[in-house]
Amino acid sequence: MMIRDLGEVIGQHRLFAGLDPAFLDLVAGCSANRVFRPGTVLAREGASFDHLYLLRAGHVGLDVVAPGRGRLRIQTVGPDDVLGLSWLVPPYVWRYDATALEEVRAVEIDATCLRAKCEADPAVGYAVLKRFMQPIVERLQGTRLQLLDVYGTPR
Amino acid sequence: MLPGVGRVLSCRTEAPDVVTHRIAWDGWEGCAPGQFNMLGLPGLGEVPISVSGGTRTPGEVLHTIRAVGPVSRGLAALKPGAALTMRGPYGRGWPVEAADGAQVTIVAGGLGLAPLRPVIRHFAETARARRVRLVIGARSPADLGFLQDYDDWRGAGIDLALTVDHAPPGWPGRVGVVTDLISAGPGRTVAYVCGPEIMMRVSAMRLQALGVDAGDIFLSLERNMKCGAGLCGHCQLGPVLLCRDGPVLDWARARPLMMVEDL
Repeated sequence: MMIRDLGEVIGQHRLFAGLDPAFLDLVAGCSANRVFRPGTVLAREGASFDHLYLLRAGHVGLDVVAPGRGRLRIQTVGPDDVLGLSWLVPPYVWRYDATALEEVRAVEIDATCLRAKCEADPAVGYAVLKRFMQPIVERLQGTRLQLLDVYGTPR
Repeated sequence: MLPGVGRVLSCRTEAPDVVTHRIAWDGWEGCAPGQFNMLGLPGLGEVPISVSGGTRTPGEVLHTIRAVGPVSRGLAALKPGAALTMRGPYGRGWPVEAADGAQVTIVAGGLGLAPLRPVIRHFAETARARRVRLVIGARSPADLGFLQDYDDWRGAGIDLALTVDHAPPGWPGRVGVVTDLISAGPGRTVAYVCGPEIMMRVSAMRLQALGVDAGDIFLSLERNMKCGAGLCGHCQLGPVLLCRDGPVLDWARARPLMMVEDL
């Protein structure tokens, strides 16, 4: 019953919307509902990539620390976003720090568990990969725009 | 075409290199949101500048100017009491009546917020009766202009979201591209978008992907203008003379033109 409920929660997230209940239950088997207080560190740069998060409420700041420049915020993510897109890519480590900026509600997915299910069933793996490609491409396109510095004065 | 003489009443710095002048001009009778005036300095030339306030106040108009070229640098440097030449208003502005009965999404990038201010004011008066979402993107927190307006807009019921491309330590707001914050609906949505051209392009694509009709997405385009009245052809964009037929076009009309390299 708990897993069914979590599957429904996962099905309400943009990433997995519209998928059939069996698939959602499969993802739910690797997942837990979590609430993080403001200031909670969800990930540290260089740390092992154990979990990824489907954000349901609240915002998370993604920071990198640059020598001489201090802590730089590179992005914020919020409801309906995914925190942690490189969970399928070795060496499975975080590339930034992630800190809850307010109370954050999220579905926490065990990355190792989900990877194992994707490996065991290529159909599941392909379905998961297709879903993750959407936010990956959006993030890539967004990063390109940030690099273009579109608001800067043309020189 | 004969310019009048305006006089700067007050100046407010919005962001680095960006200033808003409140200008007294006897010839000013107001205009539609999104129209522009030709502002000039004798010996330097004229540039088209959108009206950022005062669309309903005869005799007094607000213009927000970014100092990028010789004329705009000269205009931005004017102090209270200084004189400048003015003529207008020109162009077709934002069709606010197109949003009758619809939800409204306004997307402003950088200085694109200036021409949208009169639109925001218009919709602030109806924000309680429908969903009005305003999304503002800027390069950095220091580049966010018109900060003094934000509380008023929120107080009027506008759903305001801000994001910056880059933020220094301590910035508590969002970091990321403006398209991440764009939403539409429920129901029919009409969108008004202004900012750098590439930002407007990706914003329009995003809005269309969210189900907004291309004819309901309005953009304000910018090209070099000279006469401002559809006579000289400087601002030609394909079959369109932006000073006369624009600067506001809908995405259905603008898209094929904006996809042509170097046009």
